[in-house]
Formats: sequence, C-alpha cells, structure tokens
Amino acid sequence: MFTLALHAARKTPADIIAENFSLLALALLSFGAVIFLIFLLASRTSVKTQEWLKYLVFLVPSILLLVVGLIYPAIRTLILAFMDKEAETFVGFDNFIWAFTIPEITVVLANTAIWVVTAPILSTVIGLAIAYMTDRMNRPAAIKSLIFMPMAISFVGAGIIWKFVYNYQPNDNKPDIGLLSAIFKGLGLTPPNWLLEAPLNSFLLIVVMIWIQTGFAMVVLSAALKNIPDEVVEAAMLDGAAPWKRFYLVSVPMIRATIVVVLTTITIGTLKVFDIVRTMTGGNFQTNVIANEMYSQAFRQMNFGRGSALAIILFVAIVPIIIYNIRQLRLERTER
Amino acid sequence: MSTLRRRVVALGATAVAATLVMAGCASTETVTEETTATGSDACAAYEAYMGNEGTEVEIYTTIIDPEASLFIESFAEFEDCTGITINWNGTQEFEAQISVRVEGGTAPDIAIFPQPGLLAKFAGNGLVPANDATSASVDENYTADWKTYGTVDGVFYGSPLGANVKSFVWYSPKTFADKGWTIPTTWDELLALSDTIAAEGSVQPWCVGFGSGDATGWVGTDWMEDLMLRFQDAATYDQWVSGELPFNDPKVAEVLAEAGKILKNPAYVGDVASIATTTFQEGGAGLVDGSCAMHRQASFIGGILAADFGATIVSPEDTTTEGGITTFYFPGVSADNKPALGGGEFIGIFADRPEVHAVQHYLTTPEWNNKKAALGGWFSANLGLDTANVADPVNKVAVEILQNASTFRFDGSDVMPAEVGAGSFWKEMTAWVAEDKSDKAVLDAIYASWPY
Amino acid sequence: MTSLINKSLVKSKAKNVFSSPWAALGAWIIAILWTIPTFGLLVTSIRPEKDINNSGWWTFFVNPNISFENYQQVLFEGSTTNPPLYQFFFNSLAVTLPAVIFPITLAVFAAYALAWFEFRGRDFIFFSIFALQVIPLQLTLIPLLQLFAKGLVIGDVTIIPDFNITGTYIPIWIAHTIFGLPMAIFLLHNFLRQIPRELIEAARVDGAGWFTLFSKIVLPLSVPAIASFAIFQFLWVWNDLLVGLTFGGGAKEVAPMTIRLAEMVGTRGSGWELLTAGAFVSIVVPLIVFFSLQRYFVRGLLAGSVKG
Repeated sequence: MFTLALHAARKTPADIIAENFSLLALALLSFGAVIFLIFLLASRTSVKTQEWLKYLVFLVPSILLLVVGLIYPAIRTLILAFMDKEAETFVGFDNFIWAFTIPEITVVLANTAIWVVTAPILSTVIGLAIAYMTDRMNRPAAIKSLIFMPMAISFVGAGIIWKFVYNYQPNDNKPDIGLLSAIFKGLGLTPPNWLLEAPLNSFLLIVVMIWIQTGFAMVVLSAALKNIPDEVVEAAMLDGAAPWKRFYLVSVPMIRATIVVVLTTITIGTLKVFDIVRTMTGGNFQTNVIANEMYSQAFRQMNFGRGSALAIILFVAIVPIIIYNIRQLRLERTER
Repeated sequence: MSTLRRRVVALGATAVAATLVMAGCASTETVTEETTATGSDACAAYEAYMGNEGTEVEIYTTIIDPEASLFIESFAEFEDCTGITINWNGTQEFEAQISVRVEGGTAPDIAIFPQPGLLAKFAGNGLVPANDATSASVDENYTADWKTYGTVDGVFYGSPLGANVKSFVWYSPKTFADKGWTIPTTWDELLALSDTIAAEGSVQPWCVGFGSGDATGWVGTDWMEDLMLRFQDAATYDQWVSGELPFNDPKVAEVLAEAGKILKNPAYVGDVASIATTTFQEGGAGLVDGSCAMHRQASFIGGILAADFGATIVSPEDTTTEGGITTFYFPGVSADNKPALGGGEFIGIFADRPEVHAVQHYLTTPEWNNKKAALGGWFSANLGLDTANVADPVNKVAVEILQNASTFRFDGSDVMPAEVGAGSFWKEMTAWVAEDKSDKAVLDAIYASWPY
Repeated sequence: MTSLINKSLVKSKAKNVFSSPWAALGAWIIAILWTIPTFGLLVTSIRPEKDINNSGWWTFFVNPNISFENYQQVLFEGSTTNPPLYQFFFNSLAVTLPAVIFPITLAVFAAYALAWFEFRGRDFIFFSIFALQVIPLQLTLIPLLQLFAKGLVIGDVTIIPDFNITGTYIPIWIAHTIFGLPMAIFLLHNFLRQIPRELIEAARVDGAGWFTLFSKIVLPLSVPAIASFAIFQFLWVWNDLLVGLTFGGGAKEVAPMTIRLAEMVGTRGSGWELLTAGAFVSIVVPLIVFFSLQRYFVRGLLAGSVKG
C-alpha cells in the first residue's frame, strides 16, 4: 500500500509532518520576535511619540485585517444583494422583494425568531445554573468538563451523535437505533417521527444548539461568578439571605454585564447557524431558517444576489442587539 | 455527512474485494508492474500524451475514497509513461467550493462535475473549451447526446466520465421465485403486482427513502423523471426539462398522479410521511433485510447495498442465492415502450495547458474506460467499453441499455435551472410525501420558482 | 485576627450552603443528560459496523461486542489518495497553534486600545467590530481568496502583491486570524475594561508609558481572560472545516483533520464505525486543552489584583 503511495513520488507522512512543523516553528518564532522587538523599542520612546505609536501598534493591525477580510467582503455583499444571480445586472430591491414573498417566508421568519429567542436564553439559563451550582463545589471539574464536551465536537461529529438520538424507524419489525424512540417504546408510547413533525422538529434542532452552547455560557459565567468579591457574598450571607435570594439579588446583578455578553454572543451565533438545520433536515418539514436559506441560495443554487440579500436581512436583525449593547456600554462608562 | 453524494458511481462487491486486495497484498504486484511498464512497449499506447514530463494536474471532484483509490489505480500507467502526476482532490463540499475556488482565482486544473447543469454555470466563466483531440475522441466514442450535455452555447467543454442508469427496480429473484411473482412488463402490471404483494401481506411491496441531507427529495425527482418519460413522449420530456412546458401543465400533473399511485399509497410503502426521513441508503436496505419486495433506484445503489448492508448482486436467473438482489427494467405504459433515464459526470478544465488537455483526452478513450471498468463497480457511456470488463450483472445490463437504448434521457433535475433542479423540485417532492401536500400545490410551487 | 476567623467561618458555611446535596444532584443530572448523546458516540465507535446499523448503541451492554479495529483503521491506514489520519492530526495542530496565537495577540492589543485609550470614534470602532461578528463566513471566502491568489490591484496600482502563498498554511492562518478577531476583541474588551481605573491611573502617575502599562499590568491581569478565550478560539479552529477547505487549496499536506473526517463519511453516507472513531480522536485534543487551561477560569479574572 505504501509502495502505491510512493509510486506517485509522494512524500511520506513523517516528511510532511517534519516540514510542516519547521514552518510552524518559524512562523511562531518570527511572530514572537517581531512583537518582542516592537515592545522593546516602543517602550523606550518618549511619551509624546507613544501617544501616536500606541495606535499604530495596538489598534491599526487589527483594523487593517478587519477592513480587508470582513469590511470589504461586507460591502461586496451589500452590492451583490442588489444584483442578479450572475452579479451582472442591477435589479434594485428585487432580491429583497423575493425574500419577503416566497411562500415559506412566514415559516422561515417564525423559525428564526423561535431559534433566536429560545436557544440563547435557555443556553444561558442552564449555563448559569450549572455555573452557580458548581461555584463553591469541591470538585466541579468533572461536571464542568461533561457540560463543556459538546463544544469540543465538530458539526460533523454532532450530526452523527444526534442521528443516534432522533433516528425514527417506521418499520415496527426493525430495531430502533434512535435513543428517543427506544425510550418512548420502552415506556409503552408510540414515538412520533421526530424530525418530521412541526413544530416539534424545530425544537429538537434547537436542543442541539443549546447542547453545544451551554458549555460556552457556563465557562464564561463561571469565571464571572468567581469574580464577585467574597466580601459581597459574605455580607449577604451574614444578613441571612436565603440562597435563592442571594442568587437573584446579589449574584445575578453583579454579573449582569457578563450575562449580556453571553446572551449577545450566543444570539449572533444562533442567527448564523445553519449547519444543524442543513445536516439534520435540510431545511425541509418547516424547519428552515434564514441562515440555511442563505447558504442554499448562494451555494446550492448559485444565486449570490439572493444569498447576499438574505445575509443583509440577517445583519439588520442584529441591529437591535447592537443598539442594546451600545446603551449598556454607555451606561457603564458613565457609571465609572 | 451533510451532502451525500448520489451520482458518484458506486462501488460494487467486486470493487470492495479489489480495494481489500490492493490494501493487503497488491503492493509487490504493483512494483513489478511498474518496472515492466516504464520505458517498454506498454508506453507506446501513450504516445499522444507525451512531452509533459514533470507536470502536475489537479483533479477536483466529489468522488472520494474508496472509489477514488480505483481511479488513482487506473491512472498509474498513464502517470508512469507520460510523467504527468495526477493529484486527486475529492471533497463532499465540491458543489459549494467549486464556485468559491473559481471566483477566488484558485480554480482547479480539472473538475469532475456531478451535474451538467453545474458545469454550464462556469462556461464563459473560467472553463476552457476542450481541444480538438478531446472533441474528436468524444465524437468517436460516445453517442451524440452525451456530447451535447457538455456543450454550452455551441462550445464543447465537458467530456463525459462515469454514467449510471436510473430506470431500474431492484428486487430479490429468490423471493420472487419462491412466491411465484412474475416480473411486470407494464406499469399496470407493476401496480397489479404491488396489489398482489400487499394482499399477500408477508412483505411491504415497496421501500422508498427520499432522505439525503440537504439534497433530500432527489429520489422523488427521479421517480417523476422516469415516469415523465413513460407517460409522455421524449419530446415532451425535453420541453419539460427546458421549461417550455410549464411545470403545472396537466401533462405533468398526470405523471405526478401516477407516481402518487405508488409513493402515496400506504398499502404499498407503509407510512408515507416517513419516506422523507428515511435515507435513500436505508430505503434500499429494506430490500436486503427482506422487509420489502421492490425498490426503484439507479444502478449505483447496488454498490452501496453490497458494501454496507451485505447484499449480493446476482443475475436475474439466479433464484437460489439467499440475499441476492438484482434489477428488472422499470416498466413503461406498454411492454414495447422502453425509454431509459440516466445520469453521469462531466469533466471540465480550467487550465489551458497541454498536460491538462492530455488528461481530459485520455479519460475519453476506450483504453482508459475499459481499464477503469475492469477494476469494478463502474461503467461509462463510452461506446468502446467492452461489457466483458463489467463484472457486475446489473452494471452489465446498464451498459447495454446505455449503448442501445432508443430513447435515453439525462436526469432532468440535473439539467434544469438550479433554482428548480437543486431547489424547489427536491423540496416540493419532499413536502408532497412528508406533509401530504396536494399535487396541484406542489406543481404550482415549482412552477412559481422557475426562472422563466 | 478576628476578621480572619470570621472569614474562614463564613467560607466554610458558604461551602455548606452552596454545595448542598440538591445543587450537586441537579448539576450531576444535567451533566449526565448532556453526556448521553456523546457517550452513544463513544460506544458506537467501538462496535463493529454490522451491529451499528442493526441495533441501538445501548444494546451494547446486553451484547458487548468490542472492536478496536475502527480506531486502528482510522488512525494508521491510508489509501492511495489519502495519508493516514495521524498525519492530518499533526496538520490540525500546525493549523491551530498560530491560528489561536495570532488573533489573540492582536485582539488583546486592540481590546486594550479600545478599553483604555481615549480618542474620538472609539465607540464607533468598537461597535463596528462588534457588528462584524454577524457577517456570515461564507460570504467572505471569495474576496479573501482572490486576495491571496491574486493580490490586490486597483486599476494599475498594486496595493497588496501576490505573495504566492496558496497551498501553504499561511492563508489558513491569516483567514482564521481575521475571522476570530471580532469576537475576540469583543469578549476581551469586556474583560479588560473591568480592570479598576485606579490601577491604570496609579501606574500612569508613576510614569509608566502605554507599552509598559500593557506588559507590566494589563497583560498579567488578563491572563485568565486570554486563557478562556484561547480555548474557544482553539475549538473553533480545530473543528473548522470551511476555512481549511477553502484556504488550504485542497492540498492534503496542509489539510486539517476535519477535512479528512468529512471525507470519510464516504459517498455512501454511512461508514459510521470509522467516522465515530475519527470523531472521537478529534475530541481528545480539545478536551486536553480544556483540562489544562481550566484552572485559569477557576482563579478568576481579578483574583490577583484587587484582593491582592
């Protein structure tokens, strides 16, 4: 077998690994060296020089990369949203009119709304609950690791994992390989065809999202809980506040900013998610969401105009969240 | 797992054996082959492709292992003699990635398109026309219609590669013989047989699965296309595919109603809605484990059933092998009405270099097609393909159909505009079974999405 | 002295209340629920193919039929088109390390600037970056790829030359850096601005420049935040399929493991035994990273400074 591989005069895996790791070492070392040198030189400059140099070193590299890698594509998307599918002719608002007149649009919008409301809130609530319950626990590592594990699984893996949960066997004579159906049958109930029955199916897909995102919420919120100064908790405790009261009167307000960050991040992730829908139902059975429709328009049907228009709609959907965050930040800045 | 590749030529039982042999002990064999091949008479056959030593050609494709290994093997001698290295790059994300790569300026040298409709998208947008040698070879070795599938606006780009034939009903000859069922030769006989099987009650007459990730529903479009060819004539089929015949025309409605006689009949298929959530592989598997009697699917399902579900592909005469499956022709309205539906891949090139043209040319020759077919589980529409090289009995029949069919038509959804062929047609056929959407609502919705 | 005693008393009392058996039980129930699907994957990965297709994974316990062949096959057997999985495993490492270190370094810099430099348009920049998170990755692939393949030429002026780096890791690293930045800046900014103003101002009064301030105070304080974000960035890069596929140019020499895994599903959409084993191999590394970095979360962001 290896002779066959060699036969095409290809390198062995060991050669490739060695080559790749040399490049890796080189890249990391030179990156480190450049940063080190910049700091060494910059910190010796005068206060005056530092006033402008600080922008150049700290801010400009990120902004340059973002302009090239995200803002330019975003503008391109905006232009494409007003073009036809070959990106040749200007079509005005046609793509947007299309988006809001396709027959299934109400379903798509409703589903997207359900996703955006339920997935972030439930992930955050469960994540917060776990973070709080394990906050003062002796050995929280095991629990946290288990909750965190889904985050470590790629979508390819998650698709397979949940197939073995939601699989439905229409033929009574064949054994079930789906866990949910087996549990239902074990309880003497008739399992529904899980991914077929709307709106149940949308919720089952959302469960997958929550399963993945809870680990994120838990980790970030757990860090925030640890940050609450002991004195605050102690004071509340000495006041004789019940654990529940302490939770929502002391802990939650203290980490409110972090909760907003977590909710925001998961909301954005939820708006963009399409892999779950695409792998599990392909957007059929009334489970379609905007992001999946965007993907299928742009890459299945090669209609970049419509795909871009849907991307713009997604972007607009995020505006209220941005505004809310701006107000939060303003509030905090004035408080300080 | 998201995008299951369906049109890719599948792997027959023989191919599994070949892979195993290759992985296990063929290495020594290959070495000896190599030494004899280089610089001897064996290379004389490659005269036309010489002069490209030390060049590399990338082939970008949906075809991945284990099938890919057989392709590589079939290129070995060509590579040794011509000095051209072929880099096989298979990915299931091909359909989305090919446009990204072409637009992004990193187009592959050669792309194998699973649908001619997708290839046509790149005509005038990066695709390089085939050179005269390739064009002449295709004229000589394929029927004219295969050349037209790869021709866009009069320019010939895409040369045919593998093929499959869809007008097959899979069944177990042993079960049929044991029960005394006879092979139907007309649509009415097929329905009558289904009734007989249903009344007999031991097995479900049909197994159907539409599921295929984000391509769910394509099995339904194949049913429609096959029946369209049967209940209407070929000219009407062509008008339907090109959009001249409106999708909600009564002629199309008639065909969908006929399809519904099987697909929407719970006595035949069990729970109709579950068709949409049963993957097409699981659908075929029902035949192997004996839970149903018939399964309409293209030739390639045989390889899947053999490799993953332990089926044995036999000839129709073999009525003794337990678990043996084979096919009969998907009957038409009358016994003498025998059109065939098929599909195939097409090679488009994005680089105007001699070695790239050489590879494209080579893949259209009977020499290569025979060499590839001999490795098992594969066939093409190449007229020079010797059926002796096709070991699998079903594929053998398929090749004969390809070479002799009076009315052969290409998979319509692969040729229709992508909005329909890779969009509404799939989706609506799925809703037709899953949500019991009415025939009229289905056809109207597809009609509405057609970019007239 | 008395306060110390008090404190330890309260602490121990706190522990008792918080680690009530109910809370622990609740946490364990959720944890187990969360793990069942993945556990099914683990069990499936050590079952023979025939069993996987014909019975539920839970029947394994009634009828244990173990086969580690799946792992052997996945890890060490290549084919004519593909080297064995272990090479892709190392490719994944080579993709991931810089794709975590680069964006986080740049993001800490930018977050520091946006949190503590006073300048006009600061909020505008911050919220623009924040809003960039929503741009779907797919729509950025083509323009970015054009840039790597052809450079950037406007009219006749070459702004960015074609560096001829396609087919190496470099485009993958840069792409991951760009895609990781908005979220990294957003999250790190939220951590960094919690550093008490007094601390920064005290250092400024002592004559520390912006660079010294960063390396002596801000960076040490933000280690836990960086560690936690590093985990997420690591996971995204490690599990990424699209960026590696697009910017690796299809070269097997640089393709990360996810590409190979996605391919292994095969044209048949089955082959669960190999895929489940492969998926498990790919989970191991992120879990090791999580375990080794998790003590940083536990310690808390400001533990070392305020309470000293």
